[in-house]
Amino acid sequence: MSLDIDIEHARGAFRLAARFTSQPGVTALFGRSGSGKSSLVDIVAGLIRPQRGKVVVEGQTLVDTARGVYIPRHRRRIGYVFQDSRLFPHLSVRQNLLYGRWFSRGEDGAAGDFGAIVDLLGIAALTERRPDSLSGGERQRVAIGRALLAHPRLLLMDEPLASLDEARRAEILPYIERLRDVAGVPILYVSHSVAEVARLATTVVILSEGKVTAVGPVLDILPLADASDGGSALEAVVACHDEEFQLTTLASAAGELQVPKLAAVVGSTVRAYIRSRDVMLSLQPPQEISALNVLAGKVSMISEGGAQADVRLDCNGATLMARLTAKSVRRLALAPGRPVFAVIKSVSFERS
Amino acid sequence: MSEEEWTAVRLSLLVAVTATAASLPPGIAIAWLLARRRFWGKGLLDTAVHLPLIMPPVVTGFLLLILFGRHGPIGAFLDQAFGIVFAFRWTGAALACAVMGFPLMVRAIRLSIEAVDTRLEAAAGTLGANPPWVFVTITLPLCLPGIIAGAILSFAKSMGEFGATITFVSNIPGETQTLPSAIYTFTQVPGGDAGALRLTAVSIAISMAALLGSELLARRIGARHVAA
Repeated sequence: MSLDIDIEHARGAFRLAARFTSQPGVTALFGRSGSGKSSLVDIVAGLIRPQRGKVVVEGQTLVDTARGVYIPRHRRRIGYVFQDSRLFPHLSVRQNLLYGRWFSRGEDGAAGDFGAIVDLLGIAALTERRPDSLSGGERQRVAIGRALLAHPRLLLMDEPLASLDEARRAEILPYIERLRDVAGVPILYVSHSVAEVARLATTVVILSEGKVTAVGPVLDILPLADASDGGSALEAVVACHDEEFQLTTLASAAGELQVPKLAAVVGSTVRAYIRSRDVMLSLQPPQEISALNVLAGKVSMISEGGAQADVRLDCNGATLMARLTAKSVRRLALAPGRPVFAVIKSVSFERS
Repeated sequence: MSEEEWTAVRLSLLVAVTATAASLPPGIAIAWLLARRRFWGKGLLDTAVHLPLIMPPVVTGFLLLILFGRHGPIGAFLDQAFGIVFAFRWTGAALACAVMGFPLMVRAIRLSIEAVDTRLEAAAGTLGANPPWVFVTITLPLCLPGIIAGAILSFAKSMGEFGATITFVSNIPGETQTLPSAIYTFTQVPGGDAGALRLTAVSIAISMAALLGSELLARRIGARHVAA
């Protein structure tokens, strides 16, 4: 996808002034609630008309206030998966799924293959049911299918998992991954969950108080994200499996990691996500300690906020984030350039 | 029942059905405007729609006579341009009933349109439906219970309308004598009580049937929305 956005929009005291260009794959729009993520997505979808600026999707100008161009939402061919699914209550699941396809008839290309998409999302058994008899997770999958079957050139997902509990999220995430890998539809994904972004995104755009503060590949940008579940992601290759202790050894730029056994073949690449608060720092190489993973690195930056401090480490080129108390930073006399050892308490994994 | 009585019943049904059917399209359009649009003069339109509800029916009937009579500004134009005549015809009775029932119909439909989630309409838009299609495929089906309620109210009002009708089109047997007018006529002649009572029974039966029918319809739609 090439998505080119440069818009300004003010509503009340809030001012959105965003400008970025994104790469193919999944672009995550990341930021706290109230940072303008949803407004930005609504502008791309044509639900909000920006006061000034341009929106270009794959070379087609959807909005250009300078030239007076404004394509209405029903002619944009942009699929939108809402946080609250918004299935039509008076239609069956099948009718919901086919709703958009009916309007995209006669457009270029096949309007999506019903059977293939229904299978991809695992909703074949639900088609004759009514939306209000579905669970939250099923509803979101139908909403995704409905958007896909309208044959969109870009899929917008506005916190599609936010209204679901942990189990339901785990149920849907793999489907979104398959969408990214199999369906090949470019996705603009709004989230305030670092874990989701780490797992899905190719490119990350960080939005703060209506402004874009960082854009780039997920591994570079994620450590900059300011969030309670913040952390860093490492690309790693599966080196070997240890059957006796049920462990897997991973090789990353930062060093070796030992983790509970993964169902991934040796040689495959995985993305490890390490939360800042699961990282401890030590000035000496720790000995006789239960944690299996200790990585050596150098402090590259410290950002303090109140009682807490986020310490950014450079581990042989890879970035690792640690969240400490301000007191610990003082006690260890941490400063940029200082060599430290990072003790990692837990790692979560996503196949990449 | 006498042939004359049956004529009054048939005429009343014809007038009520015509009035309801003819006021549905403008009723839905104005209800939608009032529910979803902001425009200059919205308050004025809202007031105008409600006027027949608050004015004495005789006043409404007299205004219709002035405007739609043979020599009235609108009546004369319609007569010359299309050959449509309302004065002292059953069509005039239907017009009077439609006007009297209009506020009730618009109110019911407007409330149900306001209850339709605009976010669903926005979702339909992103799926490629243009505004008229969004209205037909999403808004209209979701506010159908309100439309049925509005139609039943208008029908019931038409079956009972007396003041505006008799003022506008008088009380001509076979042409403008509806059920209420016929009952009124019976009460004005000696020994007419029996006829008035028969027509009253018919009137009650029709009202009950309309109410039951709307209940059944509403329940079927409700079931379609809720059931799996």
